[in-house]
Amino acid sequence: MLKILKYSFYDLMRSRWSYVYFLFYLLLGVVLLFLNNDLNKAVITLMNVIIMLVPLIGTIFGVMYYYNSREFTELLLAQPIKRSSIFLGQYLGVATSLMMSLVVGLGIPFVFYGVFYSDAIWDFILLLIAGAFLTFIFTALAFVIGLSNENRIKGFGYAILVWLFLAVIYDGIFLMSLIYFEDYPLDTFSLGAVLLNPVDLSRVLILLKLDISALLGYTGAVFHKFFGTNMGLILSFVMLTVWVAVPAFFIWRISKRKDF
Amino acid sequence: MIKIHNLYKKFGKNEVLKGIDLSINEGGIFAVLGPNGSGKTTLIKSILGMVIPNSGEIQVNGMSVKQNFKYRDEIDYLPQIANFPGNLKVNELIAMIKDLRASKTANDKELIELFKLEPFLDKKLVNLSGGTKQKVNLVLTFMFNSSLVILDEPTTGLDPISLLRLKKLIAQEKEKGKTILITSHILSFVEEVADEIVFLLEGKIYFKGSIADLRAQTKQPDFEHAIASILSDSYA
Repeated sequence: MLKILKYSFYDLMRSRWSYVYFLFYLLLGVVLLFLNNDLNKAVITLMNVIIMLVPLIGTIFGVMYYYNSREFTELLLAQPIKRSSIFLGQYLGVATSLMMSLVVGLGIPFVFYGVFYSDAIWDFILLLIAGAFLTFIFTALAFVIGLSNENRIKGFGYAILVWLFLAVIYDGIFLMSLIYFEDYPLDTFSLGAVLLNPVDLSRVLILLKLDISALLGYTGAVFHKFFGTNMGLILSFVMLTVWVAVPAFFIWRISKRKDF
Repeated sequence: MIKIHNLYKKFGKNEVLKGIDLSINEGGIFAVLGPNGSGKTTLIKSILGMVIPNSGEIQVNGMSVKQNFKYRDEIDYLPQIANFPGNLKVNELIAMIKDLRASKTANDKELIELFKLEPFLDKKLVNLSGGTKQKVNLVLTFMFNSSLVILDEPTTGLDPISLLRLKKLIAQEKEKGKTILITSHILSFVEEVADEIVFLLEGKIYFKGSIADLRAQTKQPDFEHAIASILSDSYA
């Protein structure tokens, strides 16, 4: 599996898109930091961008890579290599290279700005960790979608839908239900709803770290009480890990039974 | 070498293989023929473990194919469409496949010379023509000395000189005592190289034997007419 991972990673490291993605983050980081001159604000703006963009790029890029490497995958399948190694290796290769673009692209301007000497270092690291998790989660979802759909147009469609649902529609439904059931105590419900969606979970984690939870009112206080503790933080990371592990398990399972 | 017993496979409602029984002994060139959609590729992919049969048993060198990948160490496979990661160069791809099968020795140098691929070694695969890609594909297939070679439409896109070289290469491999399984639509090619043919029709084996036997059975003067007569009989 490590060999496949290595080659997928090298292959992507040379593709134009990895550089475009990397340069985008580099530029975003530079612009935000040196025009804004406020590390905390830059982290918040970045969060808003990352929360939306990382899942989108992860799904689209994952699906694209899966469909584009189909013939090559067939070549690999005829080699004495385990099936699950091929697909998990490819998945990890794609996700790692996307993550590298994100971490290195944002890291360089922040290091030059002097993030190591500021209080914002932990906020920034949390932002990168959340971004990395989102990359791994959505790339895995993309591979599951690719593996279960022969038709690439359908695959792309489902990938966009999954992104749209988790990044946009879920929030809409969440908000609507909060308004609809406003007469009832909703702390536990909203806590659960946030935990179940990786996009919301990352957002809340970062927001609370930034100490602007006062803006979130009473629910914010409940959230702060929950996520502020070690228990809450650990549970959040467990949930994000589950979000990586479950699709990865499906990649393994579907690839074992699929015809090529 | 290869033993197939009662193999069934369907894709959705489409039954592709309907009870294939086939045994292929060691040594010689076997051609799998049949009209489009008769299940040739599905049969080959089942042997390679790329298609998972609904029922039936396949053994390669005495090892069951099911949930196993190690038996593929003794198989070299040439896929029908050669499409490789475009960002890699030719020599990188060759090095990669060699690395993936590190336990085997590879004679890639000779093959590169045979197909005159030296000028392309530093080119990216995305910039190669279809025929050149097919040559790279052939190098990747033949560079390991496996006892079973499976070729799916090996002649696609090759120019006449390369085709001659391929035929020579296949003959050499046969001399070494290898078993070679070929699918092709080009009957003259099959007639020239194959020792025995397996004719698939609607998911079943319609005929297995030598070309002379086929001519005798169909009472036709040549191979092409013999095949045509099978097809017109079955579609009549």
